[in-house]
Amino acid sequence: MSLLKVDDLTIRFGGLVAVNKFCFEINQGELIGLIGPNGAGKTTCFNMLTGVYVPTSGKIEFDGSEIQGIKPHRISARGASRTFQNIRLFKEMTAIENLLVAMHSERGYNLFEAILKLPSYRKREIALREKALGILRAVGLEKAAEIEAGSLPYGEQRKLEIARALATGPKLLLLDEPAAGMNPTETAELSNYIRNIRDQFKVTILLIEHDMSLVMKICERIYVLDYGELIASGLPKEIQNNPRVIEAYLGGAIGEEAHV
Amino acid sequence: MSLEYLLPLLMLFGINTILSSSLNVINGYCGLFSMGHAGFFAIGAYASAIVTRDLIPAMALSSPTTALVLACVIAMLVTGLVGYLVGFPCLRLAGDYLAIATVGFGEIIRIVIMNTDFLGAQTGIPAIPGITKLWHVAAAVALTLWLINNLMRSSFGRAILSVREDEIAAQAMGINVRFYKTFSFVVGALFAGLAGALFAHMAQFISPNNFTFIISAQILLMIVIGGLGSQLGAVLGAFLVTFLPEALRFNQTLSENRMLFFSLMMIVMMLWQPKGMIGIFSRFLDRKEAPKS
Amino acid sequence: MENFYFSEFVQYILNGIAQGAIYALIALGYTMVYGILKLINFAHGEFYMVGAFLGVFFITHFPPYLAIPLAMMTAGLLAVIVERVAYRPLRGSGRIAPLITALGVSIFLLELTRVIAGPGARSFPQFFDNPTYNLFEVTGSKFAWLDGVVLRKSQLVIFISSLVVMSTLWYIVMKTKMGRAMRALSMDFDASKLMGVNINAVIAFTFFLGAALAAIAGILVGMNFNNVEPYMGQLAGLKAFTAAVLGGIGVIPGAALGGLVLGVCENLVTGYLPSSYRDAIAFGVLILVLMVRPWGILGKPERVKV
Repeated sequence: MSLLKVDDLTIRFGGLVAVNKFCFEINQGELIGLIGPNGAGKTTCFNMLTGVYVPTSGKIEFDGSEIQGIKPHRISARGASRTFQNIRLFKEMTAIENLLVAMHSERGYNLFEAILKLPSYRKREIALREKALGILRAVGLEKAAEIEAGSLPYGEQRKLEIARALATGPKLLLLDEPAAGMNPTETAELSNYIRNIRDQFKVTILLIEHDMSLVMKICERIYVLDYGELIASGLPKEIQNNPRVIEAYLGGAIGEEAHV
Repeated sequence: MSLEYLLPLLMLFGINTILSSSLNVINGYCGLFSMGHAGFFAIGAYASAIVTRDLIPAMALSSPTTALVLACVIAMLVTGLVGYLVGFPCLRLAGDYLAIATVGFGEIIRIVIMNTDFLGAQTGIPAIPGITKLWHVAAAVALTLWLINNLMRSSFGRAILSVREDEIAAQAMGINVRFYKTFSFVVGALFAGLAGALFAHMAQFISPNNFTFIISAQILLMIVIGGLGSQLGAVLGAFLVTFLPEALRFNQTLSENRMLFFSLMMIVMMLWQPKGMIGIFSRFLDRKEAPKS
Repeated sequence: MENFYFSEFVQYILNGIAQGAIYALIALGYTMVYGILKLINFAHGEFYMVGAFLGVFFITHFPPYLAIPLAMMTAGLLAVIVERVAYRPLRGSGRIAPLITALGVSIFLLELTRVIAGPGARSFPQFFDNPTYNLFEVTGSKFAWLDGVVLRKSQLVIFISSLVVMSTLWYIVMKTKMGRAMRALSMDFDASKLMGVNINAVIAFTFFLGAALAAIAGILVGMNFNNVEPYMGQLAGLKAFTAAVLGGIGVIPGAALGGLVLGVCENLVTGYLPSSYRDAIAFGVLILVLMVRPWGILGKPERVKV
C-alpha cells in the first residue's frame, strides 16, 4: 500500500534547479535507498519531504494527504520523522531526554498539571520514561540513557539519533547518511540495526547513503539522483549494472565504496 | 548591621532573584537573546502602581496583602500580554537581530512612559503604598522558583530546552518552535511583571529612570555571572548583584563606580568562564544544573 | 497642519542629510565588523563618544588639523586593543558570548570615560564662527523654493568631511589589497582563511577603520552641538545600528544609505509631528525593518543550510 507518493517534485533556488520533476513512490514496510553523487539533491528532497523547504512545484502525498509546504513540526505529527546528515542531537541533554523531547506530543498532561506537579502528571512522566527506556533497550542503547548525548561515541550518537526519530512513533523514517564517518565494521552493524528497526517497529524507511555496501545490502529498491534528476530506479542488482549510474559516479564501480 | 538596613536589601535580593529567574527562562533555557527585560519590569511596576492608585486605593489601606496580590496578578497579566505582543513580531528574528529588536522595544516602552502624563511622564509616580513586606517577597520568590523548576522538569521544559539546543532538530521532532519561543518569552514577561509590582510597592516611587537599558544589562549580568541556564545561577547572580555593591561600601571609589566593575566582571567572566559561577562549581553539582555556555 | 511650505520641507531634508551623514559614519563601522565577523559590536557607539572626548582633549594641545586625525587614530587603536583582548579569544565560540562581552565592553568604556572625565558635558573651543548661509540668496535669488532655507557652516563642514572620509573609505575598500581582503573575508570567511589572508590583521584593520569613522562623527557632532558627555554614545550607537540594518547590515553602501534615510526620516517626522517621540522613531524604524525586510534595502536574504 502506498505510503509516500511524490509527483514532479521540483525546487528552484534563484536560477538553480536543485531538484527537477522527481517522481517516486514508497509502499508501507519497504526499505528504500536514495543515492547519487554529492550535490545531487538528495538532502534537498528530504528537506522538502519534512517541510524544511517548500517545493517550487510538485506534489507530495503522504499517508493519503498532501503535505508539501506544511511546517516541519506538523509533518512530524503526521508520522514522518528524520535524522540529519550532520548529527543534530540535543547534545547537552541525556540520551533519554532526547527521546522524551520527541515524545512531547504524547505527554498526556497539560501545563497546569505540570507546573503544580499533580499526581496525574507524575504518573505520566514515569510512563513516558518507561517507554523511552524501552525504545533505548530495543536498540541496545539503554546503558547510555543518563549520559549526555554529546559525550557518547560517534557510532552510538548515530544510533541514538535514529532511536530519537523512532520515539515520535513515525510511519516513515527518513535517514540521512546514517553511515557517514563509519568504518566497514560499524557500517555492517548499522545495516543490521536499520533492518531490525524496520522489522521491530514496523516503520517504512527511506535512506540516503553514499556507502554502497550498506545500500546494496539492505535496500529493497533504489532511486538514483544526479544533478536533481532521476536517472535510474529499481532493484539493487539493476542499479549496480546501470551504465548511467556508473557514469554519474565517474567511473567508480558500484559495489565498492563510491565517492565523487 | 541593623534590621532596618538589611530589610530593604533582602527584599531587593528577592526581587532581583525573580527578575533573574524570569530572564533565565528566555535567555538561559530557551536560548533567545532578550535585552529589553527592563521594559517588562517597568510595565509590571507601572501597572501595579495604577491599580493601587486608581482602582483599589481603599483596599491598599484596609487589607494591604489582598491589595498587593491583586496588583501583582493584574500586573503580571498586563505584562504577559505585552510580552506576547512584543514577542509576536520579534521572535521571528535570529539571535543578533532579536537582541537589537528587544533593546529597541525596551527603549520604546520607556519613551512611551516618559511621554504619558497618566503614567507620570518624566516625574514618575510618587506615593505608592509601601505594602510589600519581606514575607510577601519571600513567598513570591518561593513560588517563582517552584513554578519555573516544575515547568523545566516537565515535557514543556524539555521542549523549551530543545529549542535552545537545536531548533531544526526540535522542529523535526514535532516541537512547535515558534510557539515555545513565544511561550518562554511570555513566561519571562509574567515574572518580570511580578517583580515590577513588588518593586513599585517597596520603593514607593517609580520613574522611567528606574527602567533604563542599564537595568536590562544588569539583569542579564545576574544570569551571566551566575551561570546562564541555571536556576541556582540565577539566584547566585542576583545575590552578587544585590550585595556586592553593599560590600563595596567600605571603599567609596568602588561603590560609586560599581557598573565599571560589574562590566569588567562581565567581560572577564565571558573570557574565562562562560558558564558563570555555576561552571566553576559544576563538578560538585547535579548534572541537571550544568548550564549552557 | 498649516500650509505646506516647500522650503520648510527642503530645510528638513537638508538637516536630515547632515544628521544622516553622522549616522552613516557610525553605521559604517557596525556594518564592516558585522560583515566579517557576524558580530554586532554593541560597544561601537562608545567609540563615537570616546572619539569626541579624545577630540576635546587633543584640541587643547594641538591645532585642529593635527588634533582630529590624532583623535581618530587613538580611537582606532583603542578599538584594535578591545578586539584583541575581548573579542578575538571568543572568535568561533557561538553568538551569545561575544554579544555579552560586547555589552560589557560598551558599559565599561562608558563608565571609564565617566570616571576619568566626569559626567558633565564638555565642549569644543569655538575656532570658527558659525554663520548661516541663506541658500536662496547664495544661489542668486533664482530659486523661490529655497527662500528661507538656511545652511549652517557646521553642516557644510559635516557634508564635506563625511564626503572626504567616505570617499577615502571607498578607495581603501575597493582599490587596496587590504580592502580586497576585507571584502573577501566578509563574503567567505573560511575560504579566505584557506587562501592565506591574514585574518587577524584584516580584522584589526577593520576595527581600526570603523572606530576612526565613528570618532570623526563624534568630533563633528561635538563641534556642532558642544555637548560631549559620556552617555552620548548609547543613543547614537543604537540609531546608527538601525541605519546599518536599514541599509543592509554587512553591506557597506547600505550603511551610508541607511544613515541618510534615517536622518531624513527623523527630521521630517519631528518637523511635522511632536518631537518628544523623536528617539522612538529610530526604534520604530528598526522594528519595522526587522519585521518586513530584515536584510535591509541593499542586503540579500540569508539561506539556512540544513
